[in-house]
Amino acid sequence: MIHNRDMITERPAPKSVIGPIAWLRANLFNGPINSLFTLIGLYIVYLLFVPSVQWAFINADWIGTSRDDCSREGACWVFVNARIGQFIYGLYPSEETWRANIIFAGFFALIAWLAIPRLPFKRWVAIFALVAFPVIAYVLLHGGYFGLERIPTNRWGGLMLTLLLATVGMIAALPIGIMLALGRRSDMPIVRSFCVVFIEFWRGVPLITILFMASVMLPLFLPGDMNIDRLVRALIGITLFQSAYMAEVIRGGLQAIPKGQEEAAAALGMTYWKRMGLIVLPQALKMMIPGIVNTFISLFKDTTLVMIIGLFDLLGIVQAALSDSRWLGFSLEGYVFAAFMFWVFCFSMSRYSQYLERKLHTGHRN
Amino acid sequence: MSVKSTPRPAGQKPPFWRDPAKRALIFQLLLIAAVAAFLLYIIGNTQDNLSERGITTGFGFLSNTAGFGIVQSLIDYSSQSTYGRTFVIGLLNTLLVGGLGVLAATLIGFTVGIARLSPNWLIARLANIYIETFRNIPLLLQIFFWYFAVLRTLPSARESMAFGEAIFLNVRGLYLPQPLFESGFGLIPATFLVAIAMSIALVIWNKRRHEATGKRIPAGWLAVLLIFGLPLVVLIATGVPVTWEMPELRGFNFRGGITVIPEFLALWLALSIYTASFIAEIVRSGIQAISHGQTEAAQALSLPRNLVLKLVIIPQALRVIIPPLTSQYLNLIKNSSLATAIGYPDLVSVFAGTTLNQTGQAIEVIAMTMAVYLTISLLVSMFMNWFNARVALVER
Repeated sequence: MIHNRDMITERPAPKSVIGPIAWLRANLFNGPINSLFTLIGLYIVYLLFVPSVQWAFINADWIGTSRDDCSREGACWVFVNARIGQFIYGLYPSEETWRANIIFAGFFALIAWLAIPRLPFKRWVAIFALVAFPVIAYVLLHGGYFGLERIPTNRWGGLMLTLLLATVGMIAALPIGIMLALGRRSDMPIVRSFCVVFIEFWRGVPLITILFMASVMLPLFLPGDMNIDRLVRALIGITLFQSAYMAEVIRGGLQAIPKGQEEAAAALGMTYWKRMGLIVLPQALKMMIPGIVNTFISLFKDTTLVMIIGLFDLLGIVQAALSDSRWLGFSLEGYVFAAFMFWVFCFSMSRYSQYLERKLHTGHRN
Repeated sequence: MSVKSTPRPAGQKPPFWRDPAKRALIFQLLLIAAVAAFLLYIIGNTQDNLSERGITTGFGFLSNTAGFGIVQSLIDYSSQSTYGRTFVIGLLNTLLVGGLGVLAATLIGFTVGIARLSPNWLIARLANIYIETFRNIPLLLQIFFWYFAVLRTLPSARESMAFGEAIFLNVRGLYLPQPLFESGFGLIPATFLVAIAMSIALVIWNKRRHEATGKRIPAGWLAVLLIFGLPLVVLIATGVPVTWEMPELRGFNFRGGITVIPEFLALWLALSIYTASFIAEIVRSGIQAISHGQTEAAQALSLPRNLVLKLVIIPQALRVIIPPLTSQYLNLIKNSSLATAIGYPDLVSVFAGTTLNQTGQAIEVIAMTMAVYLTISLLVSMFMNWFNARVALVER
């Protein structure tokens, strides 16, 4: 008998199983139909991506001050460069932009604090962000107090206005949405039907008609001597619109809480507001966060509509800059820049909401 | 739900604010009073403001002459028509772009959603890029992009891009040949309807026969053949009673044919592409929501692959897909109101825009506009409730 006492050395797996070629065969060229699709896909990539990259990066002009610095073979980012101040702050006076910068920094710091799970004192930070920060932001941005120069709202614009409209609309809509959602689940028929009508009305009409209503009809509804700022009118419209959508998200969250929770609280003799405030809402709100983030994304995109009633949000100010006679013909650059800004915000928010959904759904996946 | 008060000695009633039923009644009466007071306040202010500005209320203005032109109208319209007519024109234009948008968005959305689940890595990646790009960019921005950056930079009429000798695309819009129907053409739509009725009957018969005998014929394919084949046969048999009117360049512009204005093209493209990205996600999650065990069970019953899809996966996936799909359709129709930003003559642009500015009848005009959208939403949600009740799982 012959024994081979030497270990046979480990051989690498065959080339047809691992490595880039095997990956290509498994994912791109398994079968004739898939190979055909891959070729079509490659052709689409060639058709779309190659000219875009050439236009946006390789042939683009980055440095300069006027349109003469652009060769016109690719994108002229000089245009965006020259206008970046306006795109971010609108017509806010340039020597006062430090005020906006402080608010920007505070805003992003608060968001980051609330979004990163490891950081402590979430509750206090959230209360500060929802209650104190808006007041600070208003005082600092609007001025008129503490020797700060007063800057009327018609000079606010750009990305600053977009973020402001979306966040203020959101924060103001949250309590209204909670009340509406609770009302819709109430036992009292009149309260319930009032909430249903309110929610379905604002959800049933396009935001643009609501903004038209806020800008045209609101002055008619109020006493003649009362004059509301255009920004505030837009905010009222956005808040009403958003609160209806928010109410539906919150209702969804409330429905996910087992009825036993509320019954147990009632058995302990808690009043309605204690049952809701201490037992049901804290559990439900946590589950609603992904839904709330998703409605915030839609609201963030929808704020662009305020340009139709004459406010200069990010898209509005880009559109206005395009009609500047010194910079005619750069609409593509302007739109690509605005689209990129919106995309970065919306994409990161949607990723965050997906991450939250995964975190909340552990153990329930099939 | 409500907390029962502890029993009291006989003859001693609890104070009324401790009685949940009475408390609910008082609270609701207060709500009614508050809403009524709010409405009275608003109505009073509005009447004061209107009389101050010399605006008369009422819908009488609808029969006044409008005096402005509209670039696209599906029915006869001239500047001598009434304001009431501008409402109808706007509504029809909204429904046109909404209907065609729903059609295109569904086609693109289902294609991309299925491509997203493709085993082909590249195709799945491309579909994902499509979805993540277009749903994260505001719709208004996309409309502006198509209108100002693409369609407004096309060549002039003299240097139009020509596709064959029939289709022309230039800065003024898209020019298509228009079919002119001669006498005897009425037969073709009639056969079309007959073919649809026959296919419905065929499908029902096939289903009954299948349930009774277990035998089945490919009724779906036969129905498609019938619906398209029969009118085609009649068309050829009657000697094709259609002529095409070609668009022709006369002077600076094209005459004849169908003109699709660039505003419509931009709005339609943006609406379809934007909504399709949401529909694709709905389709993907709908298909993924069906657990793999369903497929395996169907295969264990030795159903062929096409029947697994047709009888097991698609019916269950549709139950998940259709509710969010209808709300996307609703969103598309509501979003078509963004037409006003580029001047496509939809309901909001024509009626809540030009008509409102000319007449100053803000309340009536906005109320009518909102009523249209509310009616559409109500109809769709009624359909949704009916559908949900129909397809709901019967749980035991």
